[in-house]
Amino acid sequence: MSAVAESDRPSAGLLSLWYNREARQVIIQIFTIAVVFAALFYLARNAAINLERIGKDLGFAFLLEPSSYDINQTFIEYSSRSSHLRAAVVGVLNTFAVAICGVFLATVVGFVLGVLRLSKNLLMNKMVYCYVEVVRNVPVLLWILLMHGFVVHTLPHPKQAGDIAETFFFSNRGINMPSPTFEPLFWACALVFVAGIVGAVFYKRHAKKVQDETGKILPVLWVSLGLVIGAPVVVFLFTGMPIEWSIPALKGFNFQGGVTVKPELMALTLALALYTSAFIAENVRAGILAVNYGQTEAAHALGLRNNRTLQLVIIPQAMRVIVPPLTSQYLNLTKNSSLAIAIGYMDVTATLGGITLNQTGREMECMLLLMAIYLSISLAISSFMNWYNKRIKLIER
Amino acid sequence: MNITTQSYKPGEHPSLPPPRNLVGPVKWAKDNLFGSITNTILTIVAVYLLYLIVPAILDYFFFNAAFEGSSRAECREIAKGACWAFIDERISVFTYGFYPVEERWRPNLAFVLLFVALAPVLFDKVPYRGKLLVFSLLYPLLAVLLIVGPVSVESMHFSQGVSGPLTWLVIFAFASALFVYGSKTHNALAMVVGIVPAGFVLVAFFLSDALWISIPDSIGLTNAADDIYIFEPVDTHLFGGVLLTIIIGVTGITLSLPIGIVLALGRYSNLPAIRTLCIMFIEFIRGVPLITLLFVASTMLSYFLPPGTDFDLLLRVLIMVTLFASAYMAEVIRGGLQSLPKGQFEAADAMGLKYWQTMRHIILPQALKVSIPGIVNTFIGLYKDTTLVLIIGLLDILGVGKTAISDPAWNGLSTEVYVFVAVFFFVSCFGMSRYSLYLERKLHTGHKR
Repeated sequence: MSAVAESDRPSAGLLSLWYNREARQVIIQIFTIAVVFAALFYLARNAAINLERIGKDLGFAFLLEPSSYDINQTFIEYSSRSSHLRAAVVGVLNTFAVAICGVFLATVVGFVLGVLRLSKNLLMNKMVYCYVEVVRNVPVLLWILLMHGFVVHTLPHPKQAGDIAETFFFSNRGINMPSPTFEPLFWACALVFVAGIVGAVFYKRHAKKVQDETGKILPVLWVSLGLVIGAPVVVFLFTGMPIEWSIPALKGFNFQGGVTVKPELMALTLALALYTSAFIAENVRAGILAVNYGQTEAAHALGLRNNRTLQLVIIPQAMRVIVPPLTSQYLNLTKNSSLAIAIGYMDVTATLGGITLNQTGREMECMLLLMAIYLSISLAISSFMNWYNKRIKLIER
Repeated sequence: MNITTQSYKPGEHPSLPPPRNLVGPVKWAKDNLFGSITNTILTIVAVYLLYLIVPAILDYFFFNAAFEGSSRAECREIAKGACWAFIDERISVFTYGFYPVEERWRPNLAFVLLFVALAPVLFDKVPYRGKLLVFSLLYPLLAVLLIVGPVSVESMHFSQGVSGPLTWLVIFAFASALFVYGSKTHNALAMVVGIVPAGFVLVAFFLSDALWISIPDSIGLTNAADDIYIFEPVDTHLFGGVLLTIIIGVTGITLSLPIGIVLALGRYSNLPAIRTLCIMFIEFIRGVPLITLLFVASTMLSYFLPPGTDFDLLLRVLIMVTLFASAYMAEVIRGGLQSLPKGQFEAADAMGLKYWQTMRHIILPQALKVSIPGIVNTFIGLYKDTTLVLIIGLLDILGVGKTAISDPAWNGLSTEVYVFVAVFFFVSCFGMSRYSLYLERKLHTGHKR
């Protein structure tokens, strides 16, 4: 057999390599890498020639020059005399702010809607269906513009601002709310709060041990709540409420005191949360539906009550299905926050990729830096969610 | 009273109607609306929300809306609600952007032909399907010719607008397809007819600028073409509105699927170098927002092209949008590939099928079928993402709307414009998702028991 095959083959030469499976794979890979590197080299060479032609060089020194533009929302100290680098950091923090608020809001709304979508109530069910379809099928940029228009045009002027108990004010300048100033004794409350969390963790372990040994179920939830929230509140009252609130008040044409959530941040957060919540609702629904009804029946047959069934059987299994798509929704929300530039919210795309780029004319450096920032945010979120996903994964025998 | 007197033989008693509270609207309401306390509360909340929202919306957008008028002030005099007269006045800009009025029959014709080209692809019960499929293959070339205009030989140069490079690309694609077909069927004529133009395009691309000018010059074609135009070429920066949205959407959709399949196969292959390259590409594209890629297209891409080239902005955007969508497409298709049991690959190996045969006949048909919902979702996402081009200054339907708002006569009509655009997107995207449901049902074969 082998002799025949041997004689059929060309005895030597490159062609014989091509008929060898492993050799062929190596050839294909070398060829691909060569083509890719040739293309990259070609592009880099073009870039070098083009840059030389207009007399530009590559370098990140411009980041240390003064930015000479203002940013309307800053979480760290910043003025127009600060450097471009600092402007970029302010932008990154603004991106984080909108991403965190948006993710939180979208998750809450999305889970509620996803559960309502499964309710037996026909009316609620169909309403949520309509909400999801309408929201999903309209571009997110349009939602951002609509929401911004709503906040700026429809909400009242500060003079007629709507308010909750004279402390929270809603107007087209944003939300004004009280800001705390901490007095010295407040550290005691904070300390008790941290101690409460540690205590709750230990108590949960202890309760599990007791349950494993004796089958007795200890009231973990109530004790934890007492430790984490109750104890600090008691200390807070005993130390004489060591927080002073600066409450906003209308002075002249605008509010003084307290903190202001800028209308752009508000519009962007609401729009992103609205858009993403529709997707999360669908993920949640799919996740719950993915748990076989037999699981519920089996849990009931074991004598578990409805809420215990939900807590111990359904939710842990549904979460395994929900988490991977949830991760990509969080990533999408973070990336979509770059659309802030359309309504003038100063996130990192608007500072580094917008004004800094236009002022310094350093397209190459700015874009590379911007993409590197987004890449690292994306990789950080996805690796965290992968870790979480691995933790809750079903361990099969 | 006669109930007691009436008697039936065993088994002949007529069926009595079911109790009244187990049939009809009462039963329905009890099941769906008032089953339990929570259910009743939900119903009340839902009815209250509907009462709050629906009449207000209907009032503002329909019953109290003005459909005529020539400025916002006139609208206000007629009615207090929305002012649709504005949309009515601008409808042609919303549709075509600034495409020259006397040439608008061309995009119209291209749009109608799009459905002719799509029909055999989307539905399998179309008469003359085989012949129509050839038309579908030729359609891209035809559409570019119709919408962008005829290509003069001079403008074939890479530095000239969108149609030149695109024509070369299409010629290259067709020629190489012909060559591959020829080599498969051992048809020497097809191979030769294919390899010559394909090779020419490749060589010309990598060689100097001189070739581009000299060859057409030497055969005396450079200026002769000016006189034989049937219709004028149209500059791409005049494109706008629905026209632009559809151009970007359709191009991205049709090109991202094949590229996505190749990337997915690369990521799933067992050749480490190819796998690493594909992973790097996919993860890079998925890690950055589309808007940064569009910025790259508008500010940075020209640095990477040969000196002196002026690439059309629309073409740059099309390339970026396609790359972006194909990375997502690759992930969706990879999901489909992973869902296939290993036995399928092993069985194909056992049959002695080669790699491409295995993929073409065994793996991809199943993997693509599984990933249809994801593919359509990616399409819808891409279609919605076309709105982002307004940030780099292209006027798609949303961009046209946004500039129209700043007209002083119609100041402050943003809601109407945005709602109009939203309805447009809702109709097209919802239609696409319904089609995906149809496709899923149609292809749901084999696993039915």
